[in-house]
Amino acid sequence: MNATPEMNLEPERYELQESPLYHFDLDRRQFFKLLGSGVVVLFFVEAAIAQESGGGGGGRRGGGGQRPMEVSAWLHIGEDGTVTVFTGKAEMGQNIRTSLTQAVAEELHTPVESIRMVMADTELTPYDAGTFGSRTTPDMGSQLHKVAAAAREALMDLAAEHFKVDRATLVVADGKISKNGTKESVTFGELTKGQKILQSVTAATVVTPAKDWKIAGTSLPKVNGRDFVTGKHKYPSDMKLPGMLFGKVLRPAAFEATLASLDTKLAEAMDGVTVVHDGNFVGVTASDVLQAAHAVDAIKADWTTPTGQPSSQTLFDYLRKNAQNPAPPPSLIGETPDGEHRLAQTYTVAYIAHTPLETRAAVADWKDGKLTVWTGSQRPFGIRSDLASAFGIPEASVRVIVPDTGSGYGGKHTGETAIEAARLAKAAGKPVKVMWTREEEFTWAYFRPAGVIDITSRVKNDGTLTYWDFHNYNSGNSGISSPYDIPDQHSEFHQTRAPLRSGSYRGLAATANHFAREVNMDELAALVKMGPLEFRLKNLKNERLRAVLETATKAFGWSDAKSSSGHGYGLACGTEKGGYLATCVEVLAELGGDSITVVRAVSAFECGAVVNPDHLKNQVEGALVMGLGGALSEAIEFSNGKIENPHLANYRVPRFRDMPKIEVVLMDRKDLPSAGAGESPIMGIAPAISNAIFAATGIRMRSMPMRPDGLKI
Amino acid sequence: MPRITELNVNGTRVHVDVDGQRTLLSVLRDDLDLTGTKYGCGEGQCGACTVLLDGSPTRSCITPVGSTSHKSISTIEGLEQNGKLHPLQEAFLRRGAMQCAYCTSGMIMTSYALLQKKPNPSDAEIVQAMNGNICRCGTYLRIIAAIKEGAQALGAK
Repeated sequence: MNATPEMNLEPERYELQESPLYHFDLDRRQFFKLLGSGVVVLFFVEAAIAQESGGGGGGRRGGGGQRPMEVSAWLHIGEDGTVTVFTGKAEMGQNIRTSLTQAVAEELHTPVESIRMVMADTELTPYDAGTFGSRTTPDMGSQLHKVAAAAREALMDLAAEHFKVDRATLVVADGKISKNGTKESVTFGELTKGQKILQSVTAATVVTPAKDWKIAGTSLPKVNGRDFVTGKHKYPSDMKLPGMLFGKVLRPAAFEATLASLDTKLAEAMDGVTVVHDGNFVGVTASDVLQAAHAVDAIKADWTTPTGQPSSQTLFDYLRKNAQNPAPPPSLIGETPDGEHRLAQTYTVAYIAHTPLETRAAVADWKDGKLTVWTGSQRPFGIRSDLASAFGIPEASVRVIVPDTGSGYGGKHTGETAIEAARLAKAAGKPVKVMWTREEEFTWAYFRPAGVIDITSRVKNDGTLTYWDFHNYNSGNSGISSPYDIPDQHSEFHQTRAPLRSGSYRGLAATANHFAREVNMDELAALVKMGPLEFRLKNLKNERLRAVLETATKAFGWSDAKSSSGHGYGLACGTEKGGYLATCVEVLAELGGDSITVVRAVSAFECGAVVNPDHLKNQVEGALVMGLGGALSEAIEFSNGKIENPHLANYRVPRFRDMPKIEVVLMDRKDLPSAGAGESPIMGIAPAISNAIFAATGIRMRSMPMRPDGLKI
Repeated sequence: MPRITELNVNGTRVHVDVDGQRTLLSVLRDDLDLTGTKYGCGEGQCGACTVLLDGSPTRSCITPVGSTSHKSISTIEGLEQNGKLHPLQEAFLRRGAMQCAYCTSGMIMTSYALLQKKPNPSDAEIVQAMNGNICRCGTYLRIIAAIKEGAQALGAK
């Protein structure tokens, strides 16, 4: 539970935790066992590619030589025409259940209503490394396009045989194949009746180009939306099994604390309570949540907490001091040639919490030595492996199911509640649910890493960037390379000893790296008395980034936006994970004032061919709003191994009252492959706000969150 | 606190047998299987657990069930009538006013209560009434649009 060196690995690598080899037994019977006769199409990937869906590098263990192929997704068309799609990806608000359905409907020419997605169930769906890194759309989306296209071709072959005609005379639409120019048609169900056709996608499988999309590329509403507005959808925390008990775990007094003494007599004497003490794990089960809480309160435990743990006050010094390969201080880097300006600045970002509205939850059930767990997680297969190893059982004896979950934002890679519920269920002999309180979520989950960034940069009088030296301590290396054209540039991520357990987060380090870079760019522009837009365009060749910058500033009315005292305009741009973003903001802030108000924000975003315009817009808006929290108010305070603000009352996330006017302009590039989009639109808002605050007040805010006390003179 | 044996939920008297100190949220979810009402913070700070008590939006996570036995309790499950969605539910769908949708029940119940009191709220009144509800996915502006659309649909009825 405590911060461990493994947990503090550079976060992108942290996302790529090794999983045990997964052998998909290609016994054709199993593909028909579940759903009966029909047509089945498989998508194979090299095992290493499946592993890579975390964002690069790292093959699977073992094998050697040729890597094993494994199924990464498949679909079945049954005798009633129902299309069932199997993917290990998890839905937690990105609306991928909808976008992946669109991919299949597009290629199969079948109604959306006839498609059923089976997602994130380790017994039913193929291995998947996890739902992260904005990989669902580029990887799983394109795989399902191919799977569905291959299925369509198989159906065309069957129809040609059925009608005894040439395939070229057939047309497919609305779940049916018809003879061109006649009323004769046959449904998918009629074609698949009694068939057991098993195929896989080949290099010859051709998908529909984005410019010809009819269903993909449209704003199909959330496919199971009705279940959410009626409260019918069962989230992981809503699962209930017959005889189920409620579990609660005794938490240490602080991080790194060890149990000195334990007395559970009072708790054990309570009605219906079972206490489990196993090593450093102490927990209870009871018939309801209140009784479980009373039982934990009745446990007498003494903890020994090591003193001198770092605090949020000393955090940035601590990160720098404990770095493995620290760079020299920025003031000592490089010389300043004549006719150039040199800038050495430091930027920081605080630890922040994902704060998914559904806290971690799991229901665990043991039956005949087999463990089934329902939990909210981005890594069902990783958690299956964690459970197998925690209980010393084979992975085949563990099933992890992820019902559509109450958000994650990168914060639900780990399976704490799954293990806790399983341990308690094992002891109680009954199914057990564990749902973390908000305070537990704030304390015992993991955080977006805090970071310190040093930049030494140089610019010529005419605004040409000449030198760039960028050092990120602890927060990570996504988005670390500058997109600007700088002849002499160096960017480096430095691992350090992190005081808090940290891991993935929406956009991860791209937010910190863009904050530092885009504020520094603004500072350089000011040094040479150039406008922020003009300065960026002068140093930027990347056409896609230029395009969003030009689009956002046009939509915002940048050329007429003249900052004045108390009223500032700022912009920022960047590219990450295949997405291109520019954000402009309008901010009210007075020198010496006590508030920073974002009145308006405009983002232009481009991520290739748009799969679902309204859902993409929703993601960009949501990323912007979430980014507002990290920019202005969110920061985890800690000292002596304790989180000091583990409540929504003192960890302030954006609310209705904080909303600026928001405009999102999407640039649909049907000529380019679709990239993921849930993460990168978060990274522009904070630097744009900092730059607008400077324009309004002359104060440079170089630390996130930017709080009004920074306006004091 | 004495045990509670009967509650009035969504217009129906239902039998329970629970400790009156337990939260209304826990009884609705764990005893009555009305899981549309959510736990978000247990501190009355996020609004995910909002139900109506005699028409007033109430944080069920900090409300002892013992204090609700003589009141009429309305939850998200009671809004749909004879298979027909309430106009607010329709509006949330039409406006795509959700992502993970974990906050949606609380948003709909809070705005339902608002529209009972103020059939045509201004943007400022909506923000005022809704500010205690968190949507961590950040769909606030869509929710405001949905509430206005729901208000219009109700007014046109």
